Amino acid sequence: MAKHHIRIQLNGVEKEADVDPRLLLVHFIRDHAGQTGTHLGCDTTSCGACTVLLDGRSIKSCTFFAVQADGREIMTVEGLAHNGKLHPIQEGFHQEHGLQCGFCTPGMMMSALALLEKNPEPTEEDIRWGISGNLCRCTGYQNIVKAVQYAAGKMQKQKGAAA
Amino acid sequence: MIPPVFEYLRPATIPEAVSLLQLHGDDSKILSGGQSLIPMMKLRIARPAWLIDINHIPGLAYIREEGGYLKIGGLTREAELEESELIRSKFPILHDTSRVIADPQVRNLATIGGNLAHGDPANDHGATMLALEAVLIATGANGERSIPIQDFFLSIFTTALEHDEILTEIRIPIPAARSGGAYLKLERKVGDFATAAVAAQVTLDAGGACSKVGIGLTNVGPAPIKAGKAEAFLRGKKLDAQSIAQTAQLAMDESDPSSDLRGPAEYKKGLVKELTKRALTRAAERAS
Repeated sequence: MAKHHIRIQLNGVEKEADVDPRLLLVHFIRDHAGQTGTHLGCDTTSCGACTVLLDGRSIKSCTFFAVQADGREIMTVEGLAHNGKLHPIQEGFHQEHGLQCGFCTPGMMMSALALLEKNPEPTEEDIRWGISGNLCRCTGYQNIVKAVQYAAGKMQKQKGAAA
Repeated sequence: MIPPVFEYLRPATIPEAVSLLQLHGDDSKILSGGQSLIPMMKLRIARPAWLIDINHIPGLAYIREEGGYLKIGGLTREAELEESELIRSKFPILHDTSRVIADPQVRNLATIGGNLAHGDPANDHGATMLALEAVLIATGANGERSIPIQDFFLSIFTTALEHDEILTEIRIPIPAARSGGAYLKLERKVGDFATAAVAAQVTLDAGGACSKVGIGLTNVGPAPIKAGKAEAFLRGKKLDAQSIAQTAQLAMDESDPSSDLRGPAEYKKGLVKELTKRALTRAAERAS
């Protein structure tokens, strides 16, 4: 199997590697790039724990090959905080107790980010639809919804302040 | 889970992709959204030695009205269909369908071409295309050919596409005024395949009778089913509780579901009847 040389922008930093075509993106992110915030939950495209952003769109990185990401931008949970300051989404999950074991949380936050960038003022139904590709076994989703509502409010306020 | 070893190719044009399919024959497979294929490869149910990634071929993703048809490029993502204002307002049956395919992440990658070409009876677009009387455009070594949707689904995971053909366009005849459609799907949980689903599309004439009717059924047979007898019954009749109930009964009789984890066959048949009734009712509302 011929190796492919790939270049991926990962959280703003260029990563280069020679990879087998069958290397899944989630394994590239975790093992080659050492960013273990992205989790492997079900490995069957169901749970969303592996959710990352590909050119701003949420995808399940367990169902995507690293070679497909050549030349593209990936954002993971490690890309949320800036200069040590939490992203409003992270702040929301903290404030509203949107996690217990935390396993689903990175994927939830990436889905939430994708949702809020497309729909900055989501209804509760919009939020539940937006995270419908992410499963949580601990929380019953209630506080996750509140966390996303908190983040939506905070992000709107920040936009208002910056304007 | 790790797929078996394969080689990865990234053609820049459709003719290049087609020649790669010819060159490698049955050992090759097109990678479109990959949201059905990659899980199968990870389970080692699918083992293509050559994966031909068409995602970088330009000009394959579009949604436009032209010459009396809604034309959709095969590489158009389900998310694009779900977000399209044109589709939401003028083709709500298609909006209904796209939004219940899997989940948001899968919809960002999954393509309508892949959904149809994969030939999984559980995939949602088949029934809707049958109800809309779509025409599919396959591009192969000899250029393009049209395949009417009723000739497309042959059996489970088997379509009329030749091995070296790529599904490049879906053409839907733009319905006349006073038309409406709906797609209703029952799933165990969000993101699941259908326990059963029904697509219904009607056009009403000046007197309120059905001049056109299309009914498609999802996941209740080895391929998506066109409920032809139900359609023939309803054609020319007014849509009322009685005619809808009888049509729903006929659609149920045309379904052939298997008992599995999603429920017993009898339950699924009952579901077809109820969903047909509701889909026709919604279609009639939208047609008025």
